[in-house]
Amino acid sequence: MCGIVGLHLRNPELYPRLGKLLTSMLCEMEERGADSAGVAVYGDPTWSPPGTVTVSVLESGLTAGELSEALTAQLGTEVSVHQADATQLASAVTDVEELKTAVAEIAPEALICGFGQDLAVLKGVGHPRDLAEAYGLRSAEGWQGVGHTRMATESAVTPGGCHPYAVGDGQCMVHNGSFSNHATIRRELRRKGVEFDSENDTEVGARFIADRMIEGSGLEQAVDALAENFDGFYTLLVSDRDSFAVVRDAIACKPAIIAETEDWVAMASEYRALAELPGVEDAILYEPEPNRIYAWSRKQAELKEVAIA
Amino acid sequence: MSTAIDTLIFDLSTTTLREANQALHAEDLTGEVLITNPRGAHAVAAGVDAEVQITVEGHVGYYAAGMNKHAAITITGNAGVGVAENMMSGRVHVQGNASQSAGATAHGGMLVIDGDAAARCGISMKGVDIIVGGSIGHMSAFMAQSGRLVVRGDAGEALGDSIYEARLFVRGEVSSLGADCIPKPMSQEHHSELRELLDAAGYSDDDTRDYTRYGSARRLYHFRVDNAASY
Repeated sequence: MCGIVGLHLRNPELYPRLGKLLTSMLCEMEERGADSAGVAVYGDPTWSPPGTVTVSVLESGLTAGELSEALTAQLGTEVSVHQADATQLASAVTDVEELKTAVAEIAPEALICGFGQDLAVLKGVGHPRDLAEAYGLRSAEGWQGVGHTRMATESAVTPGGCHPYAVGDGQCMVHNGSFSNHATIRRELRRKGVEFDSENDTEVGARFIADRMIEGSGLEQAVDALAENFDGFYTLLVSDRDSFAVVRDAIACKPAIIAETEDWVAMASEYRALAELPGVEDAILYEPEPNRIYAWSRKQAELKEVAIA
Repeated sequence: MSTAIDTLIFDLSTTTLREANQALHAEDLTGEVLITNPRGAHAVAAGVDAEVQITVEGHVGYYAAGMNKHAAITITGNAGVGVAENMMSGRVHVQGNASQSAGATAHGGMLVIDGDAAARCGISMKGVDIIVGGSIGHMSAFMAQSGRLVVRGDAGEALGDSIYEARLFVRGEVSSLGADCIPKPMSQEHHSELRELLDAAGYSDDDTRDYTRYGSARRLYHFRVDNAASY
Protein backbone atom coordinates (compact mmCIF):
# COMPACT_ATOMS: atom_id res chain seq x y z
CA MET A 1 0.00 0.00 0.00
CA CYS A 2 2.39 2.77 1.24
CA GLY A 3 1.57 6.37 2.05
CA ILE A 4 3.18 9.46 0.59
CA VAL A 5 3.07 13.07 1.68
CA GLY A 6 4.62 16.28 0.44
CA LEU A 7 4.46 19.88 1.56
CA HIS A 8 5.75 22.87 -0.39
CA LEU A 9 5.51 26.09 1.59
CA ARG A 10 4.80 29.35 -0.20
CA ASN A 11 4.63 31.55 2.89
CA PRO A 12 8.04 31.93 4.62
CA GLU A 13 6.26 32.55 7.92
CA LEU A 14 5.45 28.83 7.92
CA TYR A 15 9.07 27.66 7.40
CA PRO A 16 9.69 27.22 11.16
CA ARG A 17 6.64 24.92 11.31
CA LEU A 18 7.57 22.64 8.39
CA GLY A 19 8.67 19.76 10.60
CA LYS A 20 5.61 19.91 12.80
CA LEU A 21 3.27 19.93 9.80
CA LEU A 22 5.18 17.17 8.03
CA THR A 23 5.15 15.04 11.19
CA SER A 24 1.36 15.20 11.41
CA MET A 25 1.06 14.32 7.72
CA LEU A 26 3.49 11.40 7.95
CA CYS A 27 2.01 9.96 11.14
CA GLU A 28 -1.50 10.11 9.72
CA MET A 29 -0.30 7.81 6.91
CA GLU A 30 1.12 5.22 9.34
CA GLU A 31 -1.68 2.75 8.61
CA ARG A 32 -0.76 2.72 4.93
CA GLY A 33 2.71 1.45 5.75
CA ALA A 34 4.21 0.68 9.11
CA ASP A 35 7.47 -1.10 8.34
CA SER A 36 9.65 1.89 7.55
CA ALA A 37 9.45 5.61 6.96
CA GLY A 38 11.67 8.21 5.41
CA VAL A 39 11.62 11.95 4.91
CA ALA A 40 13.45 14.53 2.88
CA VAL A 41 13.58 18.06 4.22
CA TYR A 42 14.73 21.04 2.20
CA GLY A 43 16.17 23.96 4.15
CA ASP A 44 16.64 22.86 7.74
CA PRO A 45 19.55 24.94 9.13
CA THR A 46 20.73 22.17 11.48
CA TRP A 47 20.49 19.24 9.07
CA SER A 48 21.78 21.11 6.02
CA PRO A 49 23.44 24.37 7.16
CA PRO A 50 23.04 27.29 4.73
CA GLY A 51 25.93 27.70 2.32
CA THR A 52 27.03 24.06 2.64
CA VAL A 53 26.31 20.91 0.71
CA THR A 54 25.03 17.93 2.66
CA VAL A 55 25.43 14.21 2.09
CA SER A 56 23.02 11.95 3.97
CA VAL A 57 24.72 8.72 5.06
CA LEU A 58 23.43 5.45 6.51
CA GLU A 59 25.40 2.57 7.98
CA SER A 60 28.83 4.20 7.83
CA GLY A 61 30.05 2.04 10.71
CA LEU A 62 31.56 5.17 12.30
CA THR A 63 30.33 7.53 14.98
CA ALA A 64 29.43 11.07 13.91
CA GLY A 65 32.63 12.32 15.51
CA GLU A 66 34.80 9.75 13.73
CA LEU A 67 33.15 10.44 10.39
CA SER A 68 33.52 14.21 10.83
CA GLU A 69 37.20 13.86 11.73
CA ALA A 70 37.97 11.51 8.85
CA LEU A 71 36.10 13.63 6.28
CA THR A 72 37.73 16.84 7.52
CA ALA A 73 41.18 15.26 7.21
CA GLN A 74 40.37 13.84 3.77
CA LEU A 75 39.02 17.06 2.30
CA GLY A 76 41.18 19.54 4.18
CA THR A 77 38.10 21.54 5.04
CA GLU A 78 35.79 21.45 8.04
CA VAL A 79 33.07 18.80 7.65
CA SER A 80 30.40 18.73 10.33
CA VAL A 81 28.35 15.58 10.90
CA HIS A 82 24.95 15.70 12.53
CA GLN A 83 23.44 12.45 13.78
CA ALA A 84 19.66 12.18 13.34
CA ASP A 85 18.66 8.70 14.46
CA ALA A 86 20.39 6.24 12.10
CA THR A 87 21.21 8.88 9.48
CA GLN A 88 24.41 10.91 9.53
CA LEU A 89 24.27 14.27 7.79
CA ALA A 90 27.71 15.39 6.63
CA SER A 91 27.90 19.07 5.63
CA ALA A 92 30.75 21.18 4.30
CA VAL A 93 31.47 24.16 2.11
CA THR A 94 32.73 22.17 -0.82
CA ASP A 95 31.68 20.49 -4.04
CA VAL A 96 28.95 17.90 -3.44
CA GLU A 97 30.65 15.29 -5.65
CA GLU A 98 33.89 15.69 -3.67
CA LEU A 99 32.07 15.20 -0.39
CA LYS A 100 30.28 12.13 -1.76
CA THR A 101 33.54 10.66 -3.00
CA ALA A 102 35.18 11.27 0.37
CA VAL A 103 32.31 9.50 2.16
CA ALA A 104 32.57 6.55 -0.23
CA GLU A 105 36.33 6.31 0.34
CA ILE A 106 36.15 6.54 4.12
CA ALA A 107 33.10 4.32 4.55
CA PRO A 108 32.87 2.09 1.46
CA GLU A 109 29.99 0.08 2.91
CA ALA A 110 27.91 3.15 3.72
CA LEU A 111 24.71 3.95 1.89
CA ILE A 112 24.53 7.51 0.55
CA CYS A 113 20.82 8.19 0.68
CA GLY A 114 20.75 11.81 -0.45
CA PHE A 115 23.00 14.66 -1.44
CA GLY A 116 22.83 18.29 -2.43
CA GLN A 117 22.45 21.80 -1.15
CA ASP A 118 19.79 22.37 1.54
CA LEU A 119 18.68 18.72 1.43
CA ALA A 120 18.62 16.17 4.25
CA VAL A 121 17.24 12.66 3.70
CA LEU A 122 16.45 10.55 6.75
CA LYS A 123 15.54 6.89 6.55
CA GLY A 124 14.88 4.14 8.98
CA VAL A 125 13.13 0.86 9.65
CA GLY A 126 10.30 0.81 12.17
CA HIS A 127 7.02 2.47 12.93
CA PRO A 128 6.55 5.91 11.30
CA ARG A 129 5.50 7.52 14.58
CA ASP A 130 8.59 6.23 16.41
CA LEU A 131 10.83 7.23 13.52
CA ALA A 132 9.43 10.78 13.31
CA GLU A 133 10.21 11.07 17.01
CA ALA A 134 13.70 9.61 16.63
CA TYR A 135 14.49 11.91 13.69
CA GLY A 136 13.35 14.94 15.69
CA LEU A 137 11.23 15.76 12.68
CA ARG A 138 8.85 17.92 14.66
CA SER A 139 11.44 20.64 15.17
CA ALA A 140 12.72 20.67 11.58
CA GLU A 141 12.43 23.85 9.55
CA GLY A 142 12.52 24.57 5.85
CA TRP A 143 10.47 25.31 2.77
CA GLN A 144 9.70 21.85 1.49
CA GLY A 145 9.45 18.31 2.74
CA VAL A 146 8.37 14.91 1.50
CA GLY A 147 7.71 11.72 3.40
CA HIS A 148 6.89 8.08 2.85
CA THR A 149 5.45 5.30 5.00
CA ARG A 150 6.31 1.93 3.54
CA MET A 151 4.49 -1.37 3.26
CA ALA A 152 7.12 -3.41 1.48
CA THR A 153 6.09 -5.50 -1.51
CA GLU A 154 9.00 -5.65 -3.94
CA SER A 155 12.08 -5.76 -1.73
CA ALA A 156 13.26 -6.37 1.83
CA VAL A 157 12.54 -4.13 4.80
CA THR A 158 15.93 -2.44 5.13
CA PRO A 159 17.03 1.19 5.31
CA GLY A 160 18.11 0.77 1.67
CA GLY A 161 14.57 -0.27 0.74
CA CYS A 162 13.10 2.76 2.45
CA HIS A 163 12.00 5.80 0.46
CA PRO A 164 12.70 8.60 -0.49
CA TYR A 165 15.14 7.71 -3.24
CA ALA A 166 17.49 10.61 -3.71
CA VAL A 167 19.72 9.60 -6.60
CA GLY A 168 20.32 12.97 -8.25
CA ASP A 169 21.71 16.22 -6.87
CA GLY A 170 19.01 17.63 -4.62
CA GLN A 171 16.44 15.26 -6.09
CA CYS A 172 14.05 12.91 -4.31
CA MET A 173 11.36 10.49 -5.30
CA VAL A 174 8.70 8.75 -3.25
CA HIS A 175 6.38 6.15 -4.72
CA ASN A 176 3.11 4.50 -3.86
CA GLY A 177 2.65 1.44 -6.01
CA SER A 178 4.87 -1.20 -7.52
CA PHE A 179 6.87 -1.72 -10.69
CA SER A 180 6.78 -5.33 -11.85
CA ASN A 181 9.50 -5.23 -14.53
CA HIS A 182 12.08 -3.46 -12.39
CA ALA A 183 14.58 -6.32 -12.62
CA THR A 184 14.71 -6.07 -16.41
CA ILE A 185 15.17 -2.31 -16.38
CA ARG A 186 17.76 -2.54 -13.59
CA ARG A 187 19.77 -4.93 -15.77
CA GLU A 188 19.57 -2.53 -18.70
CA LEU A 189 20.66 0.40 -16.57
CA ARG A 190 23.50 -1.62 -15.00
CA ARG A 191 24.71 -2.45 -18.50
CA LYS A 192 24.95 1.31 -19.05
CA GLY A 193 27.05 1.65 -15.91
CA VAL A 194 24.38 2.85 -13.47
CA GLU A 195 25.00 1.62 -9.93
CA PHE A 196 22.30 0.54 -7.49
CA ASP A 197 22.07 0.55 -3.70
CA SER A 198 19.19 -1.89 -3.28
CA GLU A 199 16.90 -4.42 -4.94
CA ASN A 200 14.02 -1.98 -4.63
CA ASP A 201 11.68 -1.27 -7.57
CA THR A 202 11.36 2.44 -6.79
CA GLU A 203 15.11 2.90 -6.87
CA VAL A 204 15.02 1.65 -10.46
CA GLY A 205 12.36 4.26 -11.27
CA ALA A 206 14.38 7.02 -9.62
CA ARG A 207 17.61 6.00 -11.38
CA PHE A 208 15.78 5.66 -14.69
CA ILE A 209 14.50 9.23 -14.38
CA ALA A 210 17.92 10.52 -13.28
CA ASP A 211 19.56 8.69 -16.20
CA ARG A 212 17.15 10.22 -18.71
CA MET A 213 17.72 13.66 -17.23
CA ILE A 214 21.51 13.25 -17.48
CA GLU A 215 20.96 12.42 -21.15
CA GLY A 216 19.18 15.74 -21.57
CA SER A 217 15.48 14.97 -20.98
CA GLY A 218 13.38 17.38 -18.98
CA LEU A 219 11.42 16.04 -16.03
CA GLU A 220 8.26 15.73 -18.12
CA GLN A 221 10.02 13.76 -20.86
CA ALA A 222 11.73 11.55 -18.30
CA VAL A 223 8.44 10.74 -16.57
CA ASP A 224 6.87 10.14 -19.98
CA ALA A 225 9.64 7.63 -20.74
CA LEU A 226 9.04 5.97 -17.37
CA ALA A 227 5.37 5.55 -18.24
CA GLU A 228 6.43 3.99 -21.55
CA ASN A 229 8.98 1.55 -20.10
CA PHE A 230 7.68 0.46 -16.72
CA ASP A 231 4.87 -2.00 -16.00
CA GLY A 232 3.03 -1.45 -12.77
CA PHE A 233 1.25 1.14 -10.72
CA TYR A 234 2.41 4.41 -9.37
CA THR A 235 1.64 7.68 -7.77
CA LEU A 236 4.98 9.49 -7.70
CA LEU A 237 6.14 12.61 -5.95
CA VAL A 238 9.38 13.91 -7.42
CA SER A 239 11.12 16.88 -5.81
CA ASP A 240 14.21 18.99 -6.11
CA ARG A 241 15.48 22.08 -4.30
CA ASP A 242 12.94 24.38 -5.87
CA SER A 243 10.01 22.30 -6.88
CA PHE A 244 7.91 19.25 -6.60
CA ALA A 245 5.85 17.30 -9.08
CA VAL A 246 3.08 14.71 -8.81
CA VAL A 247 2.23 12.11 -11.43
CA ARG A 248 -0.08 9.10 -11.50
CA ASP A 249 -0.10 6.23 -13.97
CA ALA A 250 -2.86 5.83 -16.55
CA ILE A 251 -4.83 3.34 -14.46
CA ALA A 252 -4.65 5.59 -11.40
CA CYS A 253 -5.57 2.96 -8.82
CA LYS A 254 -3.09 4.43 -6.34
CA PRO A 255 -4.70 7.37 -4.59
CA ALA A 256 -3.57 10.97 -4.43
CA ILE A 257 -5.03 14.26 -3.33
CA ILE A 258 -3.66 17.75 -3.77
CA ALA A 259 -4.54 20.80 -1.69
CA GLU A 260 -3.49 24.35 -2.43
CA THR A 261 -3.74 27.59 -0.52
CA GLU A 262 -1.89 30.88 -0.87
CA ASP A 263 0.45 29.69 1.86
CA TRP A 264 1.27 26.14 0.73
CA VAL A 265 0.78 23.27 -1.70
CA ALA A 266 0.36 19.82 -0.21
CA MET A 267 0.02 16.35 -1.64
CA ALA A 268 -0.88 13.12 0.14
CA SER A 269 -2.23 9.64 -0.47
CA GLU A 270 -5.37 10.57 1.45
CA TYR A 271 -7.13 13.67 2.67
CA ARG A 272 -6.78 12.77 6.33
CA ALA A 273 -3.04 13.47 6.08
CA LEU A 274 -3.90 17.06 5.18
CA ALA A 275 -6.57 17.58 7.82
CA GLU A 276 -4.21 19.30 10.28
CA LEU A 277 -2.74 21.81 7.85
CA PRO A 278 -3.50 25.45 8.67
CA GLY A 279 -6.27 26.80 6.43
CA VAL A 280 -7.07 23.43 4.86
CA GLU A 281 -10.78 24.14 5.26
CA ASP A 282 -10.44 26.85 2.59
CA ALA A 283 -7.94 25.01 0.38
CA ILE A 284 -8.58 24.10 -3.23
CA LEU A 285 -8.76 20.31 -3.11
CA TYR A 286 -8.53 18.00 -6.08
CA GLU A 287 -7.51 14.57 -7.17
CA PRO A 288 -4.73 14.64 -9.78
CA GLU A 289 -5.78 13.11 -13.08
CA PRO A 290 -3.96 10.12 -14.52
CA ASN A 291 -1.06 10.63 -16.94
CA ARG A 292 -0.67 14.28 -16.12
CA ILE A 293 2.26 15.92 -14.43
CA TYR A 294 1.44 18.53 -11.80
CA ALA A 295 4.48 20.62 -10.90
CA TRP A 296 5.10 23.57 -8.60
CA SER A 297 8.21 25.66 -8.28
CA ARG A 298 9.46 28.31 -5.88
CA LYS A 299 10.60 30.21 -8.96
CA GLN A 300 7.19 30.37 -10.58
CA ALA A 301 4.22 30.71 -8.32
CA GLU A 302 1.77 29.05 -10.68
CA LEU A 303 0.99 25.38 -11.04
CA LYS A 304 2.41 23.86 -14.19
CA GLU A 305 0.31 21.09 -15.64
CA VAL A 306 1.46 18.90 -18.50
CA ALA A 307 -0.35 15.99 -20.09
CA ILE A 308 1.83 12.99 -20.86
CA ALA A 309 1.86 12.12 -24.56
CA MET B 1 -30.24 20.32 10.05
CA SER B 2 -32.59 20.58 12.95
CA THR B 3 -31.15 21.26 16.34
CA ALA B 4 -34.10 19.60 17.99
CA ILE B 5 -33.44 17.66 21.15
CA ASP B 6 -33.59 14.31 19.34
CA THR B 7 -30.62 15.12 17.10
CA LEU B 8 -27.84 12.76 17.95
CA ILE B 9 -24.45 14.49 17.63
CA PHE B 10 -21.08 12.81 17.26
CA ASP B 11 -18.00 15.01 17.23
CA LEU B 12 -15.27 12.78 15.84
CA SER B 13 -12.59 14.97 17.38
CA THR B 14 -13.79 13.79 20.79
CA THR B 15 -15.72 10.57 20.04
CA THR B 16 -14.12 7.56 18.38
CA LEU B 17 -15.41 6.52 14.99
CA ARG B 18 -16.18 3.06 16.37
CA GLU B 19 -18.40 4.55 19.08
CA ALA B 20 -20.24 6.65 16.52
CA ASN B 21 -20.70 3.80 14.06
CA GLN B 22 -21.83 1.41 16.79
CA ALA B 23 -24.47 3.92 17.89
CA LEU B 24 -25.59 4.22 14.27
CA HIS B 25 -26.10 0.46 14.17
CA ALA B 26 -28.54 0.46 17.12
CA GLU B 27 -31.73 -1.49 16.35
CA ASP B 28 -34.13 1.31 17.30
CA LEU B 29 -32.31 4.20 15.66
CA THR B 30 -34.57 7.01 14.43
CA GLY B 31 -34.48 10.76 13.93
CA GLU B 32 -31.54 12.87 12.89
CA VAL B 33 -27.83 12.46 13.37
CA LEU B 34 -25.04 15.00 12.98
CA ILE B 35 -21.41 13.92 12.62
CA THR B 36 -18.80 16.65 12.86
CA ASN B 37 -15.02 16.73 12.33
CA PRO B 38 -14.70 13.57 10.24
CA ARG B 39 -11.29 14.83 8.99
CA GLY B 40 -11.01 12.24 6.26
CA ALA B 41 -11.74 9.22 8.48
CA HIS B 42 -12.61 5.95 6.76
CA ALA B 43 -15.97 4.13 6.94
CA VAL B 44 -17.90 7.06 8.41
CA ALA B 45 -21.58 6.07 8.75
CA ALA B 46 -20.98 2.74 7.03
CA GLY B 47 -23.47 -0.09 7.43
CA VAL B 48 -26.44 1.97 8.62
CA ASP B 49 -29.75 0.09 8.42
CA ALA B 50 -32.37 2.56 9.65
CA GLU B 51 -34.58 5.31 8.33
CA VAL B 52 -32.56 8.19 9.72
CA GLN B 53 -31.15 11.39 8.34
CA ILE B 54 -27.43 11.70 8.83
CA THR B 55 -25.40 14.79 8.06
CA VAL B 56 -21.62 14.52 7.99
CA GLU B 57 -20.01 17.93 8.16
CA GLY B 58 -16.68 17.88 6.36
CA HIS B 59 -14.52 15.60 4.21
CA VAL B 60 -14.64 11.83 4.63
CA GLY B 61 -12.15 9.09 3.72
CA TYR B 62 -12.74 5.67 2.17
CA TYR B 63 -16.07 3.79 2.09
CA ALA B 64 -18.25 6.46 3.70
CA ALA B 65 -21.91 5.44 3.84
CA GLY B 66 -20.92 2.02 2.49
CA MET B 67 -23.60 -0.70 2.47
CA ASN B 68 -26.21 1.91 3.36
CA LYS B 69 -29.78 0.70 3.78
CA HIS B 70 -32.72 3.08 4.29
CA ALA B 71 -30.73 6.05 5.63
CA ALA B 72 -30.46 9.46 3.97
CA ILE B 73 -26.85 10.52 4.39
CA THR B 74 -25.48 13.92 3.37
CA ILE B 75 -21.76 14.60 3.27
CA THR B 76 -21.11 18.32 3.09
CA GLY B 77 -17.51 17.95 1.86
CA ASN B 78 -15.57 15.57 -0.40
CA ALA B 79 -15.66 11.80 -0.19
CA GLY B 80 -12.74 9.39 -0.59
CA VAL B 81 -12.61 6.08 -2.42
CA GLY B 82 -15.77 3.98 -2.60
CA VAL B 83 -18.44 6.29 -1.18
CA ALA B 84 -21.77 4.43 -0.86
CA GLU B 85 -20.16 1.25 -2.14
CA ASN B 86 -22.59 -1.63 -2.08
CA MET B 87 -25.50 0.62 -1.03
CA MET B 88 -28.77 -1.30 -0.86
CA SER B 89 -31.30 1.51 -0.51
CA GLY B 90 -31.70 5.02 0.85
CA ARG B 91 -29.92 8.10 -0.39
CA VAL B 92 -26.37 9.39 -0.18
CA HIS B 93 -25.60 12.96 -1.15
CA VAL B 94 -22.02 14.20 -1.53
CA GLN B 95 -21.95 17.96 -1.80
CA GLY B 96 -18.30 18.09 -2.86
CA ASN B 97 -16.31 15.75 -5.10
CA ALA B 98 -15.99 11.99 -4.82
CA SER B 99 -12.85 9.94 -5.38
CA GLN B 100 -12.72 6.73 -7.38
CA SER B 101 -15.21 3.85 -7.28
CA ALA B 102 -18.15 5.93 -6.06
CA GLY B 103 -21.25 3.75 -5.76
CA ALA B 104 -19.27 0.62 -6.66
CA THR B 105 -21.40 -2.56 -6.77
CA ALA B 106 -24.36 -0.72 -5.21
CA HIS B 107 -27.67 -2.56 -5.49
CA GLY B 108 -30.16 0.22 -4.89
CA GLY B 109 -30.89 3.66 -3.55
CA MET B 110 -29.69 6.94 -4.97
CA LEU B 111 -26.20 8.46 -4.88
CA VAL B 112 -25.99 12.16 -5.75
CA ILE B 113 -22.59 13.79 -6.15
CA ASP B 114 -22.77 17.54 -6.72
CA GLY B 115 -19.14 17.85 -7.82
CA ASP B 116 -17.00 15.50 -9.89
CA ALA B 117 -16.47 11.80 -9.39
CA ALA B 118 -13.08 10.27 -10.25
CA ALA B 119 -12.29 7.02 -12.05
CA ARG B 120 -14.49 3.91 -11.92
CA CYS B 121 -17.67 5.67 -10.82
CA GLY B 122 -20.47 3.10 -10.69
CA ILE B 123 -18.14 0.17 -11.36
CA SER B 124 -20.17 -3.05 -11.34
CA MET B 125 -23.30 -1.14 -10.27
CA LYS B 126 -26.20 -3.50 -9.66
CA GLY B 127 -29.28 -1.32 -9.46
CA VAL B 128 -28.26 1.96 -7.85
CA ASP B 129 -29.09 5.33 -9.42
CA ILE B 130 -26.08 7.65 -9.52
CA ILE B 131 -26.38 11.30 -10.50
CA VAL B 132 -23.15 13.26 -10.85
CA GLY B 133 -23.35 17.05 -11.05
CA GLY B 134 -19.90 17.39 -12.62
CA SER B 135 -17.76 14.99 -14.63
CA ILE B 136 -16.62 11.41 -14.08
CA GLY B 137 -13.24 9.74 -14.63
CA HIS B 138 -12.08 6.80 -16.72
CA MET B 139 -13.51 3.27 -16.64
CA SER B 140 -16.78 4.41 -15.14
CA ALA B 141 -19.73 2.00 -15.21
CA PHE B 142 -17.31 -0.85 -15.96
CA MET B 143 -19.35 -4.09 -16.06
CA ALA B 144 -22.36 -2.12 -14.85
CA GLN B 145 -25.23 -4.57 -14.50
CA SER B 146 -28.30 -2.48 -13.77
CA GLY B 147 -29.38 0.90 -12.47
CA ARG B 148 -28.89 4.33 -14.01
CA LEU B 149 -25.86 6.64 -14.14
CA VAL B 150 -26.50 10.29 -15.03
CA VAL B 151 -23.57 12.61 -15.70
CA ARG B 152 -24.18 16.32 -16.14
CA GLY B 153 -20.59 16.94 -17.27
CA ASP B 154 -18.13 14.80 -19.22
CA ALA B 155 -17.09 11.17 -18.96
CA GLY B 156 -13.49 9.89 -19.11
CA GLU B 157 -12.06 7.08 -21.21
CA ALA B 158 -13.67 3.67 -21.66
CA LEU B 159 -17.13 4.54 -20.38
CA GLY B 160 -19.30 1.50 -19.82
CA ASP B 161 -16.70 -1.09 -20.74
CA SER B 162 -18.26 -4.58 -20.79
CA ILE B 163 -21.56 -3.10 -19.68
CA TYR B 164 -24.62 -5.28 -19.06
CA GLU B 165 -28.02 -3.63 -18.62
CA ALA B 166 -27.27 -0.40 -16.76
CA ARG B 167 -28.42 2.78 -18.52
CA LEU B 168 -26.05 5.71 -18.83
CA PHE B 169 -27.02 9.32 -19.63
CA VAL B 170 -24.24 11.83 -20.31
CA ARG B 171 -24.74 15.50 -21.11
CA GLY B 172 -21.14 16.40 -22.01
CA GLU B 173 -18.32 14.80 -23.95
CA VAL B 174 -17.38 11.15 -23.61
CA SER B 175 -13.61 10.66 -24.11
CA SER B 176 -14.15 7.14 -25.40
CA LEU B 177 -16.58 4.27 -25.03
CA GLY B 178 -15.50 0.93 -23.61
CA ALA B 179 -16.02 -2.45 -25.27
CA ASP B 180 -19.64 -3.12 -26.20
CA CYS B 181 -20.92 0.26 -24.99
CA ILE B 182 -22.76 2.29 -27.63
CA PRO B 183 -24.87 5.45 -27.90
CA LYS B 184 -28.58 4.70 -28.10
CA PRO B 185 -31.59 6.77 -29.13
CA MET B 186 -33.63 8.56 -26.48
CA SER B 187 -37.28 7.57 -26.70
CA GLN B 188 -40.05 9.21 -24.70
CA GLU B 189 -39.62 6.53 -22.06
CA HIS B 190 -35.98 7.51 -21.60
CA HIS B 191 -36.77 11.23 -21.46
CA SER B 192 -39.29 10.55 -18.70
CA GLU B 193 -36.92 8.28 -16.84
CA LEU B 194 -34.12 10.86 -17.00
CA ARG B 195 -36.51 13.66 -16.02
CA GLU B 196 -37.47 11.78 -12.87
CA LEU B 197 -33.86 11.15 -11.94
CA LEU B 198 -32.81 14.77 -12.49
CA ASP B 199 -35.78 16.06 -10.52
CA ALA B 200 -35.06 13.66 -7.68
CA ALA B 201 -31.45 14.83 -7.55
CA GLY B 202 -32.38 18.51 -7.57
CA TYR B 203 -31.41 19.29 -11.17
CA SER B 204 -34.86 20.23 -12.43
CA ASP B 205 -33.58 22.90 -14.81
CA ASP B 206 -31.71 20.44 -17.02
CA ASP B 207 -33.17 19.74 -20.44
CA THR B 208 -33.22 16.01 -21.07
CA ARG B 209 -32.70 16.68 -24.78
CA ASP B 210 -29.13 17.73 -24.00
CA TYR B 211 -28.30 14.21 -22.86
CA THR B 212 -27.18 11.16 -24.80
CA ARG B 213 -28.06 7.68 -23.67
CA TYR B 214 -25.45 4.90 -23.70
CA GLY B 215 -25.90 1.23 -23.07
CA SER B 216 -24.90 -2.27 -24.03
CA ALA B 217 -24.74 -3.41 -27.65
CA ARG B 218 -25.24 -6.90 -26.17
CA ARG B 219 -22.60 -8.39 -28.44
CA LEU B 220 -20.20 -9.26 -25.67
CA TYR B 221 -22.14 -10.97 -22.94
CA HIS B 222 -24.16 -13.39 -25.01
CA PHE B 223 -22.33 -16.60 -25.58
CA ARG B 224 -21.81 -17.24 -29.27
CA VAL B 225 -20.59 -20.62 -30.25
CA ASP B 226 -18.73 -19.12 -33.21
CA ASN B 227 -16.54 -17.28 -30.72
CA ALA B 228 -15.94 -20.28 -28.49
CA ALA B 229 -12.24 -20.33 -29.28
CA SER B 230 -11.87 -16.77 -28.03
CA TYR B 231 -13.28 -17.32 -24.58
